[in-house]
Amino acid sequence: MRYYSYFPGCSSEATAIGLELSNQAISQPLEIELIELEDWNCCGSTPYGSLDRQESVLVVARNLALAEKTGLDLVTPCSSCFVTLYGANLELRENPGLMRRVNEALAVANLEYHGNVRVRHLIEVLVNDVTPEVISARVKRPLNGLKVAPYYGCQLVRPDYGFDDPESPHSLDRLVTSLGAEAVPFALKNRCCGGSLIISDESMALGLIHKLLENARESGAECITTPCPLCQINLDAYQGRVNSKFNTNFDLPVLFVTQLIGLALEIEPKSLGLNTNIVSPNRVLEHITKVSQEAGSGT
Amino acid sequence: MISFVSEVAVIPGGENIYQCIQCGVCSGTCPAAGEMEYPPRKMIALIRAGMRDTVLASSSMWHCLSCYMCTVRCPRGVKPTELAHALEYLADKEGYRVKGTSTPAMYHSFVDSIHSNGRVHEFGMMLKYYLRTNPLAALKMTKVGLSLFLHKRLPLMPKKVKGKEDLSRMIQRFREAGSS
Amino acid sequence: MEPRIGVYVCHCGSNIAGVVDCEAVTQFAQGLEGVIVARDYKFMCSDPGQELIKKDIRELGVNRVVVASCSPTMHEPTFRRACQEAGLNPYFFEMANIREQCSWVTEDHEEATEKAKALIAAAVRRVYYHQPLESREVPVNPNTLVVGGGIAGIQAALTIANSEHKVYLVERDPSIGGHMAQLDKTFPTLDCSACILTPKMTLVGSNPYIELMTWSEVEEVSGYIGNFKVKVRKKARYIDVSKCTGCGLCQEKCPWKAPSEFDVGLAQRKAIYTPFAQAVPNKPLIDREYCAYFQKGTCRACVKFCEAEAIDFEQEDEIVELEVGAIILATGFSLFDPTPIHQYGYGRLDNVITSLEFERMVNSAGPTGGHVVLKGGSHPESVAIIHCVGSRDEKYHEYCSRICCMQSMKFAHLLKEHTDAEVYEFYIDIRSFGKGYEEFYNRILNEGTIFIRGRPAEVTDVAETPEEKGKLIVQFEDTLAGVQRRLPVDMVVLSCALEPQPDAEVVARMFNISRSADGFFLERHPKLEPVTTMTDGIFVAGCCQGCRDIPDTVAQASATAAEVLVMISRGKVEIEAATAVVDERICSGCQLCLALCPYSAISFDEEKEVCRVNEALCKGCGTCVSACPSNSINLNHFTNQQIVAEMEGILG
Repeated sequence: MRYYSYFPGCSSEATAIGLELSNQAISQPLEIELIELEDWNCCGSTPYGSLDRQESVLVVARNLALAEKTGLDLVTPCSSCFVTLYGANLELRENPGLMRRVNEALAVANLEYHGNVRVRHLIEVLVNDVTPEVISARVKRPLNGLKVAPYYGCQLVRPDYGFDDPESPHSLDRLVTSLGAEAVPFALKNRCCGGSLIISDESMALGLIHKLLENARESGAECITTPCPLCQINLDAYQGRVNSKFNTNFDLPVLFVTQLIGLALEIEPKSLGLNTNIVSPNRVLEHITKVSQEAGSGT
Repeated sequence: MISFVSEVAVIPGGENIYQCIQCGVCSGTCPAAGEMEYPPRKMIALIRAGMRDTVLASSSMWHCLSCYMCTVRCPRGVKPTELAHALEYLADKEGYRVKGTSTPAMYHSFVDSIHSNGRVHEFGMMLKYYLRTNPLAALKMTKVGLSLFLHKRLPLMPKKVKGKEDLSRMIQRFREAGSS
Repeated sequence: MEPRIGVYVCHCGSNIAGVVDCEAVTQFAQGLEGVIVARDYKFMCSDPGQELIKKDIRELGVNRVVVASCSPTMHEPTFRRACQEAGLNPYFFEMANIREQCSWVTEDHEEATEKAKALIAAAVRRVYYHQPLESREVPVNPNTLVVGGGIAGIQAALTIANSEHKVYLVERDPSIGGHMAQLDKTFPTLDCSACILTPKMTLVGSNPYIELMTWSEVEEVSGYIGNFKVKVRKKARYIDVSKCTGCGLCQEKCPWKAPSEFDVGLAQRKAIYTPFAQAVPNKPLIDREYCAYFQKGTCRACVKFCEAEAIDFEQEDEIVELEVGAIILATGFSLFDPTPIHQYGYGRLDNVITSLEFERMVNSAGPTGGHVVLKGGSHPESVAIIHCVGSRDEKYHEYCSRICCMQSMKFAHLLKEHTDAEVYEFYIDIRSFGKGYEEFYNRILNEGTIFIRGRPAEVTDVAETPEEKGKLIVQFEDTLAGVQRRLPVDMVVLSCALEPQPDAEVVARMFNISRSADGFFLERHPKLEPVTTMTDGIFVAGCCQGCRDIPDTVAQASATAAEVLVMISRGKVEIEAATAVVDERICSGCQLCLALCPYSAISFDEEKEVCRVNEALCKGCGTCVSACPSNSINLNHFTNQQIVAEMEGILG
């Protein structure tokens, strides 16, 4: 059993509830325990860093100080939280002046940070700690042939953390293949979905989402999978807006990577939060169960 | 009187700005370049030209998606994403009112939500944002909002962090101590 | 002889005097024990400066000289010579470096002055214990080894051979010619490369003073300047070259194919092959990996058809030992492989090719007969040429590869000549620095090639509009127009960086030379000594030392030949006297020093059971001195006594 301190991120309680449910559901079968960081606060994400870089590091530091006390790696499933926590952690370690100033402020709540936390992305934990081989071995219901477009988004692979290739990543492809599904060659798999600018810059973001959906469909995908809450909501909840704006008829289910893993582990769709996906994942469920039935009927 | 470029060179985000050879890979890569009056390369050229006001008054950096593709491709180690953040900070701090984008208002709503709850309450944040900018625009979003709500993805009430007060006091202390 | 020390403090213009208080330092020196005269002067290395020293030697009886100025690397030989000319043994001279190690690196003037004083005190105390050493002379073997048979090696070999001295030219490939043989036309004159190269290649093949060893590699090097011993492995061709007439029938009849190295994989050759038509020597060789006889024991078609009975499957590699006085390294460059630059699509997308691949394609003797074709055989209607692929990029090579701008413009011209295609050049800066180069740029502009200033962000096949379907799309910012653009083209040529050969590290170690940070072989001084290395007797020419075009390569190669001919015509070289000496009375013969010597300069006398240092091989590194458990090795000019005195001087 591997233990991790777990930073869910604000979306996990709301728009990315599906991510949260599936993370928890798959942890036991994969022998990892995600222990929620007690009383964590928002990491600040891009907005805080843009409005006040130094103060945003403080906001992150409260979480790092709390995590340091657990002695465990701090793992987050959200790409935006990851880049924020990781970046602030790096900056604190490299800038003693900032660390001092931050610790002065943390002292107000009897907290202190010494730079000892390792910040990690859940996907990296699944690939490096659990490994696709072990996941493959745990699969109870292979997704046999389901054509999946693995969508990385931006902040899982950029800026370069040394985890995966920023231009041509393959970690999600490996995870998808380990489940018995087919990772289709998806050229735009690491291009931007618009992120939080879907709210204030909707037209531009919809254009980007449209390109992604188009490329995924052309690659032969039956569904898209992604780790990031922002990417998922943009591709899923706004698929309808893309259809109205561009006169298209996309109907691509967008599953969190952990939801896909959960399906292969034969976990109940409801426990994976699949009822929260906007574009109905029914076709995916049908494809999987059909194959399983055929296999089961011994033809 | 220090030049704008030397001012930027020493703040986080301004790393290696002197090394820029204006090759244009950043602007060529940027998915938002079409929206920006001054995409990254041009922005650096303007900074070097000392056009502080033009730069900070522009809406260009607010269109940055933080996708980091420019940073990965720059052959000189410049970090245009971080530079955009740094310019956003300067512009906001010095009170530039930006035309042509409501991203500053969105960012402010986001941060306000953190200050109120310790975490971002997405529904509350969206409400605040639309009230701040354009309430009518909210109507366009009802379909998406409703769809999210019906799929149990948009709780109406925020979750509060117990250490919210701690966080406020820390921030207060940090601000009082001034810049390092 | 009582030491009478003269101290000379140099101002070096304002280099030293601008930071160090030279007057105070000179006064300080005057007060040191043993110093009978202390002077300061603006430029000690100048004639009047040197004259100050010589005068004091002659008239004041100065018999120990300390000059406080720059680094010994700069002027130790200058001042030693000055002493010698005045009749004083040059080893009675010591230099205090108060420039590179003091005035140039210390900000505080007072601190610098104090440091200068300490350094001079150290030199003064040390020079007290100097001994009058004699440098030895060793004879120079008049043979030369040139490693590498590209244009650099060819030029160097010919120049030396024309002085009627013997040259061994060792080339790793089956033929000489190097990369220049692969080119189509050369800039800026658009001479046909083969036409200007092959006459020189033929001269090499026929010159009686050049012993050409192709398909051969250097395996071991030992010795020292004037006296190198080199082991060369002449790899088996499986052809008896004395019998082979070069008729070419074997290649015609051989049924087995392999990818052609000369055509960079764009075409195939046979298992028995000559690399290209004008190869020198024009003799084939058999590639074991693709030969059916070697792999399966079958075929032997070549044997059947060879009238001269020249096939010899039993042939073995031959090791030869050469003795030479000088070595010239001309091992050339390797082309950067752009596969890691995923966003340019090389190896992933069709019709994205490298510069060398384009050269072969456009060459009329090449794999497509000089036709520029896409995969599938059709002609391109639009071609993009991208500069600086792998160059000027901190992720790959920080340096500029120097030749790619000219080469890219040459490509544009050739495309206009061979096709009706629209040609686009994507550049960051245009570097057309040489004679006739800017005029060439002008010519290309006038031919209608479209120059776009902007390093492309990516080359993709993901179409966004109907016009883009089926094309390669270059996405970039047109920085001069100030807009992001997408340009659909049929073909993309990547002007790739020139990089050091993959085995540059191995070769450098074998020949005992250094490499600069970019990986190329290191010259002794970037401006004043561009062809010598830190190892005496070993010279470098051509791209193995740094990216350069053909005119500069030829010039540099001739320069190395000149340096070698200096050595040969003098017939002898001086060996530095600062070498280690074993006191055979104390040496116990433990041989610890022998095992440690990096230059294999120590040998063991079995009879006397003591170790002995070969002064010619010894570089004076001091490893043996510090290792010797019985303290029986001393280093001339760096004795324990001298070093301790120096330290005492510093510590005051």
